Amino acid sequence: MLQHLPVLPLLIPLLGGILLLLPPLANAGNRQRVMGTLLALLQLIVAVYLLWTVHQHGTRVYAMGDWQPPFGILLVADRLATLLLVLTSILLLCVQLFSSAGEDEKGKFFHPLLMFQALGIQGAFLTGDLFNLFVFFEVLLIASYALLIHGGGAQKTLANVHYVSLNLAGSALFLFALGIMYGTFGTLNMADMQQKAAQIQADDMRLASVGAMLLLVVFGLKSAMMPLHFWMPRAYAVAPAPVAALFAIMTKVGIYSLWRVHSGIFGDNAGELANIAQPWLWPLAWLTVAIGIIATLASQTLRELTANLVIVSVGSLLLMVALNTPQATASGLYYLVHSTLATALMFLVAGLIVEQRGKAEDRFVQARPLAQPVLLGALFFMAALALIGMPPVSGFIGKALMLKAALAGNQAAWVWPPILLASLAALVMLSRSGGTLFWRARGDHADDTRVHPAQLAAVTLLAVLFPVMVVFAGWITDFAQLAAAEMQQGVVLNLPGGDDA
Amino acid sequence: MEFIFAVSVGVMTTAGIYLMLRAQTFPVILGLTLLSYAVNLFLFASGRLTVNGAAIVGHSEQLADPLPQALVLTAIVIGFAMTAFVLILAIRARSDLGNDQVDGRELPPERSALEEALANRVEKLAAAHKARNDKPRNDKPVRNKRKPS
Repeated sequence: MLQHLPVLPLLIPLLGGILLLLPPLANAGNRQRVMGTLLALLQLIVAVYLLWTVHQHGTRVYAMGDWQPPFGILLVADRLATLLLVLTSILLLCVQLFSSAGEDEKGKFFHPLLMFQALGIQGAFLTGDLFNLFVFFEVLLIASYALLIHGGGAQKTLANVHYVSLNLAGSALFLFALGIMYGTFGTLNMADMQQKAAQIQADDMRLASVGAMLLLVVFGLKSAMMPLHFWMPRAYAVAPAPVAALFAIMTKVGIYSLWRVHSGIFGDNAGELANIAQPWLWPLAWLTVAIGIIATLASQTLRELTANLVIVSVGSLLLMVALNTPQATASGLYYLVHSTLATALMFLVAGLIVEQRGKAEDRFVQARPLAQPVLLGALFFMAALALIGMPPVSGFIGKALMLKAALAGNQAAWVWPPILLASLAALVMLSRSGGTLFWRARGDHADDTRVHPAQLAAVTLLAVLFPVMVVFAGWITDFAQLAAAEMQQGVVLNLPGGDDA
Repeated sequence: MEFIFAVSVGVMTTAGIYLMLRAQTFPVILGLTLLSYAVNLFLFASGRLTVNGAAIVGHSEQLADPLPQALVLTAIVIGFAMTAFVLILAIRARSDLGNDQVDGRELPPERSALEEALANRVEKLAAAHKARNDKPRNDKPVRNKRKPS
């Protein structure tokens, strides 16, 4: 059983999702909720256990069906992948709890779709094969297409049309890139590619670099990089609150792939192809932060504001990808975990605010007072502190680490202004929006909507994680540093006949 | 063979991109479909083009690379599912938004100067007619004009 541990994060959501579609559980509101929560909990336990074993005994490589690399399909559970698995499972659990308060009944198949979404995300983190990365991208995308229009409505449909069309075009580009990669490398196994990158023939060099740049476009689209981000704020702003919270990790899948491909395969050891994307990444990352700041300042609703802050955080992470030192990757990893949790919390809080403000929803206008201003205010304050990056919550540590990494990499002049200005913009907008939402109330008639216990459990769980991330910051940064070093070194396949499976 | 293959991939890609840039959902979907056909051919070619080559050892003199064939098969299946989804979504958007524009906004129809003038005239007449009809309603109760069928 233990030797099959790395495949469990895929099997649990896959089989669980199918189970949720079958008669005893299908269309049975509460049973489905309980089962979904149990499955999410099980995934969290497996992910934490996997993280622990990987940390103790090193990278686990699992060959599907015992087909040996580089021919078979590999799952690679290293520190980076397992850390993100844990993050995904935590998010899934919170979203599952939050949606159990009634959001899941606004449309069909919500819980199975959540499971398939988790399958796609976890598969993308675990896979060691570039083509499988594509397959898992498609799995997570098709689940997200359906989740985005959960509940229906013209706004959601419109956002979804853009989201789906753009991502289909992105998938086509991804396949073009994969064809080029296979044509030049003769393999799509990431570990194998990393070893072969330095030995590409001169004839194939042009072609291989075209493939690498195409992959940059594809991952840029997934992560909402500057010229490819237009789909993103609208889609995230109209999505149901729990779905938007889960989507907080989707842009990070793009960042993760950039790390794997452009810092791993085309990293420092790739010969002539080394760091091929870097000259492009610098200005694009910079522009992403800039456009994110401008959009932040122009936001009209809390959800839109949060979506724009996601763009800012993606831009900051892209700066770390462009910096490409182990220290930058490690601090980026810490910030990635933090910003995913922070934006997820803010999306959930925005969902609660929408429920209590009637027709004004979360627009920054004068409206009736909230029914539970103290509770929501405290949660909002926590999320805002985290998003701005102020002490005592973990955003401060994340940003400080990134600034330090930039200083060590002699790029402070490039990195400091965008990150600091982004914090300022977030501070201005979040304090303005908080003031409007909580204090500029008209009349004293409040709704009788109350926060459901399940929703409260979800947001509390997320909010508690920020102090935890501060307390264990030392441990997490050590872990992130090991993960970064491991990623740049790459997986060593003992060919032929790896015995890990 | 290489030339014909390359040209067909190129033409399909070009046509696909052209259609994708249209403003209506149906051409966009057709464009995506064409692009995915082009991609499938391209992937197939990444294993080098061979004639009379079987993918199984011992069935022919020359050997074809089996991996791209497996990749193309996967890509076809995924592309099929995605096309089915996007078609349903487009129909849904047509009914939700009331038009088939990609950004959901109806473009004003292109008219010649004569049509424009005629339309203006018709609108004016309709407004005048409406104003005339609305007047007596102020002192009379509104009658139901519909005849029983």
